[in-house]
Amino acid sequence: MPQPHRKHLLTSVQMAHFVATGALRMDAVVPDEMNQQAIEVLNNGIPGVPYGTPLSEAFVDSDFVQRLVRLPEVAGAIHSLVGPEPTVDHHAVHIRKAHEGEAQNLHGDAIIDVRTDAFDVQLMYYPQDVTLEMGGTLSVPGSHLRKTNESDTGRYQNLLGQTRLVCPAGTVQFLHHGIWHGGRKNDSDLDRYMFKIRFNPTVRQVRLWNTDDLYDEAVAAELEQSFPWYENATGRLERYNRILLWRAISGDDTYDPNYWVTRVSNRPQRVVADRVNNPHAAANKKEMA
Amino acid sequence: MTATAETPQVTGPLTGLRQQVLVLYLASSALDARVVGWSAYDGTGGTHPTTGDSDVPPYATGLDALKDGWRLFQASQLHQPYPGHEYDVSFLKHEFFFEKLV
Repeated sequence: MPQPHRKHLLTSVQMAHFVATGALRMDAVVPDEMNQQAIEVLNNGIPGVPYGTPLSEAFVDSDFVQRLVRLPEVAGAIHSLVGPEPTVDHHAVHIRKAHEGEAQNLHGDAIIDVRTDAFDVQLMYYPQDVTLEMGGTLSVPGSHLRKTNESDTGRYQNLLGQTRLVCPAGTVQFLHHGIWHGGRKNDSDLDRYMFKIRFNPTVRQVRLWNTDDLYDEAVAAELEQSFPWYENATGRLERYNRILLWRAISGDDTYDPNYWVTRVSNRPQRVVADRVNNPHAAANKKEMA
Repeated sequence: MTATAETPQVTGPLTGLRQQVLVLYLASSALDARVVGWSAYDGTGGTHPTTGDSDVPPYATGLDALKDGWRLFQASQLHQPYPGHEYDVSFLKHEFFFEKLV
């Protein structure tokens, strides 16, 4: 894969948005000409790729997918999130038939993942306009750092502030591997298509994006945002965990705009003893009567 | 005289009543806290609530569900964090189960 131009890399604010929400949405980023071809391509199936194949060696039999991942904005986002030459974990074509009866339970893909300094991303491409009735992907902003396993979240039907995807044709969404999501029920007359690729990073995910705005106040604002479904107390823990992730990917171990990490990790080393216990202490301090 | 054990008959519910279950996830452990998540299961089969079918909670608080006639039958216990996992985030903690018999 050629190196994307710097102008197509994500900004720090966009990366902070991803760290906070677990998602990055790029509306209508795929040209119409490709969207027109996509349904036939997806109906024919995308040839398999062995787990762990470098992206540049994957999809050799699919010109369409190669063009998709080399679109400047898409390539820039992939590079910013997982770096150069990620490997392809797996890919899948999801087709929800018109009036298909069932919704997927809310789940995280794969098994529980406790990495705090690395993450995979899933590219999801929607070649058609997706309406609410078509039941696009449901995802829960800010759920990606929760330590839950696969479909153990299946009991949760609706969470306040959930994202019920409605988007124009050609939209690409990147999701953190841990995000809670599921395909919604398709109540429309149209079959709905989605193509997914999961990428594994092969380099440390540190400052892979355009860092010109690294200390912009909008970065902190993104990291500090809350979501309506958060419980009061746990919502604060979410911010704590986001700061740890931001420190990992920005390489700045001191970053802590609202002191969440600092105050609970502060272990002062200075010892101050009064004169009773320390006869060598200076005598010129006035003591209270 | 030998007692004859009676074999319990497997039959449907005696009352004909069916259970509707509502699960509310609240913002804190207080029952009058705001609703942040919800699920519903209908034992009558008359409705089919499912994942991602609504953006609006059925009640603003847990207490509002009681006022509307739902009977609370289970609330999550409060557990102290497991040592070493004080900052972990996972499932929603404040889960309340309600029922209606219809």
